[in-house]
Amino acid sequence: MKEKLTGRLGWAASVACFALGMGAGAPTASAAEELRIGFLAPLTGPFAQIGKDMANGFQLYLDEAGGNFAGAKVTFIVEDGEGKPPVNVRKAEKLIRQDKVHMFIGGLLASTGYALAPVSTRQKTVYVSSIAAADDLTQRESAKYPYMVRTGWTSSQPSHPFGQWACEQGYKKIVTVAADYAFGYEVVGGFQKAFEDCGGKVIQKMWPPLGTKDFGPFIPAIKKDADAILTLMVGPMALQFPKQLADAGNKKPVIGGGTSYDEYVLPSMGDEVIGHVSALQYSAAIDTPKNAAFVKKYRSKYGKVPSYYSESNYTTAQMIHEVLKKTGGKWPGAEKFIKMMSEIRIDAVRGPVRLDEMRNPVQNIYIKKVEKKKMHGYPQDELWNTVIKTYPAVGQFWKYGKADFLKQPVYSRDYPPCKHCE
Amino acid sequence: MKSRRNILIVLAALLALAIVTPFSSSYVITLITHALVFAILAMSLDLLLGFTGLPSLGQAAFLGMGAYLTAILAADYGFGLGWSFWVVILLGILLGAATAAFFGLFAIRATGVYFLMITLALGMCVWGLAYRWNSVTGGDNGINLPPRPEFGISLANDVTFFYVVFGFFVLTLATLYVIVRSPFGRTLEGIRERELRMRILGYNTWLHKYIAYIIAGAFGGLAGVLWAQMNGLVSPEDVILTTSVDALLMVVLGGPGTLIGGAIGALVVTFLRDYLSTLVHWWQYVLGGVYVLTILYLPGGLIGIPARMRNWRAPGTESGSSISLKEGRP
Repeated sequence: MKEKLTGRLGWAASVACFALGMGAGAPTASAAEELRIGFLAPLTGPFAQIGKDMANGFQLYLDEAGGNFAGAKVTFIVEDGEGKPPVNVRKAEKLIRQDKVHMFIGGLLASTGYALAPVSTRQKTVYVSSIAAADDLTQRESAKYPYMVRTGWTSSQPSHPFGQWACEQGYKKIVTVAADYAFGYEVVGGFQKAFEDCGGKVIQKMWPPLGTKDFGPFIPAIKKDADAILTLMVGPMALQFPKQLADAGNKKPVIGGGTSYDEYVLPSMGDEVIGHVSALQYSAAIDTPKNAAFVKKYRSKYGKVPSYYSESNYTTAQMIHEVLKKTGGKWPGAEKFIKMMSEIRIDAVRGPVRLDEMRNPVQNIYIKKVEKKKMHGYPQDELWNTVIKTYPAVGQFWKYGKADFLKQPVYSRDYPPCKHCE
Repeated sequence: MKSRRNILIVLAALLALAIVTPFSSSYVITLITHALVFAILAMSLDLLLGFTGLPSLGQAAFLGMGAYLTAILAADYGFGLGWSFWVVILLGILLGAATAAFFGLFAIRATGVYFLMITLALGMCVWGLAYRWNSVTGGDNGINLPPRPEFGISLANDVTFFYVVFGFFVLTLATLYVIVRSPFGRTLEGIRERELRMRILGYNTWLHKYIAYIIAGAFGGLAGVLWAQMNGLVSPEDVILTTSVDALLMVVLGGPGTLIGGAIGALVVTFLRDYLSTLVHWWQYVLGGVYVLTILYLPGGLIGIPARMRNWRAPGTESGSSISLKEGRP
């Protein structure tokens, strides 16, 4: 019996040694001329395909650069955040502690962005938010996150010019149907503010939960006297809504936030979306040689048209490369990197990009209409987001001015209040 | 005699864990801390599932209560960032117990799969509250906590925090062990085996189950407070059904009715989920495979392996395990 006891203790000891050994395999702190980049994207769950688009965009640039940013060998580590904020936090901790990354990039949902930014502050590690668009990260709370820089967008950034545009089209009354979480509130909020400031009225706001597949309870409730419907869908939701709307016999014009019609969902959509208009900082149909080349490269490598998820991460890689060009491949340290990054001005695939003093991009916003046509020399008729109007150099505060804008609360389910909802 | 030997083994394993952990890499330390928090949750559930025969799918509700309480107090009122951390621990335990006392009124009347469904529904109520009560819970964004408490010792230090969590883990294990060994615990086991007989013998089985449920809720609340401090973030994702299912699977995987089985299950599931997932992208198949194989071939859970091996080495002898719940082939 004593033998058995020692035998079991032996087991316990070997398990313990295993735990110790796992730590030993980790790389030691920053070797010169190596840049370790952690990347967080959902690789399982409903957003897995978007996660792949994100990682592919970064990988494409990395491959073009030969895995080498101005002399620094880039180690690119992709982790699965499962689209859940707490998992993203744990994976970010893993990247920082185990892999000793110099920076981590990514995060898809706005809620993930709000969860990851404090990790960067806590661990004094650079966080580049390439997709997560949560407004306050670079607005009211930006002082809390000195190690964060954004290369994507704030949710409400395209919505402000879009609200103005919708008003100029003569729409008077609009109903909104948007995913029920921070991103949805901010996209709709920005639109409502600009639209109502110009004289329009949002007369009804509906919030289907994120991931809704059956819009049966929502579509019949849309008010009959609306001039247009504003939608904001994310991921698989975007496919279902226009289809079910068309099946219900809708004749009203449909406009949407960028993710409702971006190139991630567009190829899977039917002809019912032709004529729908949306706003975003990127369209695969931007008619510039730079973008045409990007689309062709991406498409031949990954078999699909790049979405903004890919473009944004491609551009992020490009911006990081620009910083390292200036340092000669050396890692400048987190604080210095943030400073240098915010001074970068590049001519990106999406157009000219620079960062404002709160480290959010100032960039073109494109109003885009879904059309079926041939583009970039591809022989078949396909759905493209044709650019019908460009608002150049749009910042996150639109025309309101930073100080005035920051005085109002962050856009939420209840702000701006729906004055015309009766 | 046998049980004394088992206690010795558990003590040796705990000692080894306490000594070895600080020498691991900082990521492994956080992983072990994470596993210990879930071990507390799993053990609290084991009191229901393993000892009372009540399969609950709502254990995350108590974790959520403790976690949101901690986050709201810390973020909105700046409370619990010093010595008051211990007050928050106490409040978390009380809130978990109070929630269980309330939920128990609805849940305890049912047994078996109906109990499962009711606890699932109650768990979803808490999730719904966390998700939709924006002004208090921050909705989908959840709540970010300020840095961990500091009172002479700094919990922001991972090793210190590990020892605090480890202390609570040992305390939970010891308390629950005393409870299940007491006449009260024996009665719970009697209820698990045959409730009708216990009732005929004159036991108030409803009250026994109700009290067991409250105790489980209290320790669930404790796990919640530690969980909030561990992650620095509380999100509705923490309270969602997956967490309850995870806790249930940890108990089943480790071995129900053994307490320490839940801890082993928590360790295995945490490492598979958080560590294997960083190595291979098909980790979910491994997790699924482990579950299926355990349920098919190890009805007593992982903790039944030594007994199984003895059986296999010397067939015909008595199984010799006093800890395995269900012996015999499937």
